[in-house]
Amino acid sequence: MYQQFKSRGEGVGAEVHRFVSGDIAVDFIIRFLRQEGVGGEPGIFAVSADCRFLNQFTVNPLKAIPEVIFDITRETSAGARVGISQMDWAIADTGTLAQNSTAVEQRLVSSLPAIHIAIVATDSILPDMPALLAKVHPAECGYLAMITGPSRTADIERVLTIGVHGPERLIVLFVDDLKGA
Amino acid sequence: MATEFKESIHKAVNNANLTGALGKFSEAYKVNRAKAYEGIDFEELRCRIAELKADAASRFNELSEKFTIEAEARGAKVFRTDDPAKVREYILNVAEENGVKSVIKSKSMATEEIHLNPYLEKAGIEVHETDLGEWIIQLAGQTPSHMVMPAIHLTKEDVSELFSREVDERVAADIPRLVKVARDKLRPRFLAADMGISGGNIAVAETGSIVLMTNEGNARLVTSLPKIHIALVGVEKLIEKYSDVATILKALPRSATAQLLTSYVSVITGSTPNDDGSMKKLHIILMDNRRSEMSADPKFKQALQCIRCASCLNVCPVFRLVGGHVFGKIYTGGIGTILTAWFDELKKSEEIQGLCIQCGVCKDVCPGKIDIPDLILEIRRRLVKEQGMPLLQKTIYSVVNNRKLFHGMLKAASIAGKPFASGKFIRHLPLFLADLTDGRSLPAIADKPFRERFKDIKQLDCVEKAAFYAGCLIDFAYPEMGESLVKIMNNAGIEVLFPEEQTCCGAPARYNGAYEVAAGNAVDNIKALLSEDVKYVISACPTCTVALTHEFISTFESLEQSGWIPEARRLADKTVDFSTLAAKLLTEGRVSFKEGEALRRITYHDSCHLKRTLKVSEEPRSLLSRAGFELTEMFECDTCCGMGGSYSIKLPEISAPILKRKLHNIKETSAETVVMDCPGCVMQIRGGLDQDGAAVDVRHSVELLADCLK
Repeated sequence: MYQQFKSRGEGVGAEVHRFVSGDIAVDFIIRFLRQEGVGGEPGIFAVSADCRFLNQFTVNPLKAIPEVIFDITRETSAGARVGISQMDWAIADTGTLAQNSTAVEQRLVSSLPAIHIAIVATDSILPDMPALLAKVHPAECGYLAMITGPSRTADIERVLTIGVHGPERLIVLFVDDLKGA
Repeated sequence: MATEFKESIHKAVNNANLTGALGKFSEAYKVNRAKAYEGIDFEELRCRIAELKADAASRFNELSEKFTIEAEARGAKVFRTDDPAKVREYILNVAEENGVKSVIKSKSMATEEIHLNPYLEKAGIEVHETDLGEWIIQLAGQTPSHMVMPAIHLTKEDVSELFSREVDERVAADIPRLVKVARDKLRPRFLAADMGISGGNIAVAETGSIVLMTNEGNARLVTSLPKIHIALVGVEKLIEKYSDVATILKALPRSATAQLLTSYVSVITGSTPNDDGSMKKLHIILMDNRRSEMSADPKFKQALQCIRCASCLNVCPVFRLVGGHVFGKIYTGGIGTILTAWFDELKKSEEIQGLCIQCGVCKDVCPGKIDIPDLILEIRRRLVKEQGMPLLQKTIYSVVNNRKLFHGMLKAASIAGKPFASGKFIRHLPLFLADLTDGRSLPAIADKPFRERFKDIKQLDCVEKAAFYAGCLIDFAYPEMGESLVKIMNNAGIEVLFPEEQTCCGAPARYNGAYEVAAGNAVDNIKALLSEDVKYVISACPTCTVALTHEFISTFESLEQSGWIPEARRLADKTVDFSTLAAKLLTEGRVSFKEGEALRRITYHDSCHLKRTLKVSEEPRSLLSRAGFELTEMFECDTCCGMGGSYSIKLPEISAPILKRKLHNIKETSAETVVMDCPGCVMQIRGGLDQDGAAVDVRHSVELLADCLK
């Protein structure tokens, strides 16, 4: 299913990576943030929403970077270049990520910054939409958000253009060993 | 037709930006849609959608109640009303009570339907559309020209003009740059807005959820940033079960934009926390505005199966020429014509219903399985019933309904038309064929109609007999097609009878809403064709075949003349189109062609009624290949030729460019001959190629095949 997700996701412009362990994934995130100028250039920062994956470490490894902000408001999110969050599920046959986004912070970090880093447990990939809807019921989820690729439009002359109101890049990180998170 | 309407058509077909953008899109759409549906059983899927939507439409009241209970239990406030004015008032009230100064909107046709923006603006509230296309339209002071792609009629240069004015600096006509301007300009408005207004793609009764889909991500912001969210949802968006969301999501993005899934899908159930810790004020308005009345209409309830994908616009050969503005201000295209007749008023659809050429292509792609062309005919019928028919048309049909007079006049025309005839064409025909469109020559009326030539044909006595239903065009313009048909049937050991009392099939009257006339024609033909004891009734005109097999019955049903229905069914059961019968006879070895022939290269044009109503497209191809012709397929082989019966007379400005496209596609194949199975298409395409001067022979398949018999 991972392969199917990867091919469908990349088909709509997502960047899909897979890591065997959480430590390697964290290394990737830190390197990525540096590359994007977080902690390098002044005024460039990232926001990170509450995330089971990062919480599992004794000390959240991103806390070492002062330019990663954990206080999520509309202002911090709108000003951030990168938003980090964990998505709860992935749908293989459409390359979609899904999250119980009832907490608005989860939506802010994944919709306002230019880049969204989405962490997903590899074993939470579901085959299709009916499987997702069977897993998550509105009674326990006020806001179910699904994301398939970056923000796009074709409203001017039918030319596909990326990054209108949402992120222009969606980086999906599958982690095989999420230690139960 | 009103001059204003004709002018809007003229303006549209001469707008190169519009026809260019729409034309390119419609070509790409077909390919991409097919790709998006790969591996999916579309028929099965749309049957499920039609069923679940029809079920919901039959219980709007019950589902609205259920929805209200569930949504309110989770902190939403639900307001139900039939009246667009009450919707506007409600929204303004909420705004005023909460001191709302600015509103951000994601795309919603329902808000367009009730003209919400000007109403709020008049009350001093700023309203910002955030869907890029809608924002462009708002800045241009226009209305959307397409349900899914509102600004498809504008070029990047137009957009750069609008944006430059808005941001007060010169913005280059570079699309990524323009998109960036929209992001930067709208971002502060998102952050500052006091209220978000959205529509709803789906409303789920059993959970009180609404589903929103956008590609840009604007609906996520509209529903997340402001402390108040109002969702305006037409009751036709209601479905009963949460699990059925998956069914709609499988079809909607694929049909709308050929995507597997829209970039962002949000399922919102009840109130959720804002970023300051307060709870969102969520108001959901369930608007009826005649939808319940529609659900009580035995014919039109079907239109409530629509999921608003706009695929009927994307495949329509007329829409791609004229775009949405010709259709009016809100809902456009095929389904838009129907929705306008209901949500606005029947009278408003008077002109736009005439835009439908009845090619049936939208019916094939509709994920709600709505018979859009049939519903448009029903609008026509009701308009004629309500307002009567123009006098000239009435005169024509009273003649058509009197077979002897009608045929007498056609015969007279063969003599009267002579002085103007050059070769096989004349410029002007009398009466109902008068003043036909430019860009096409018309056939001369034959010296001797088929009904007279038939008497001179020597046939073998065969046990098996078939009645030939010629139809007006073969009888009076192309009798040679009838002669070829007799030759082929004789070759298979079938004797052909020609019941002389047969008359016009009634299609022209029916397609103009004159159902009483069509019913009169049906009765005459049923009597004539069932008078002989035959195994088959054969027709070589798909429009006539459809009349005999489908429309006689449905005309009687519409007029509630059930007495004739059993006889109409008996006739329908016996009736077969030429291609289907010939292919069957070939398979049975009863018809055989000369062997080892390597004949000329041909291309094949699928006639609308044959391909889409009768579902016949392989048969003629296999007959022609077996006879030895080399077939080269043309681009868009099954796109309408623009004939559409009297359509080409009423709307020549649309018919002509459709024909031109068809001729171009024919010539591109470099085939020597273009073959088809409809004498109406022969008339249109032969006439067009004659004017065009291209040396392409235009033939009915029956003529070519008769020459190949062993």
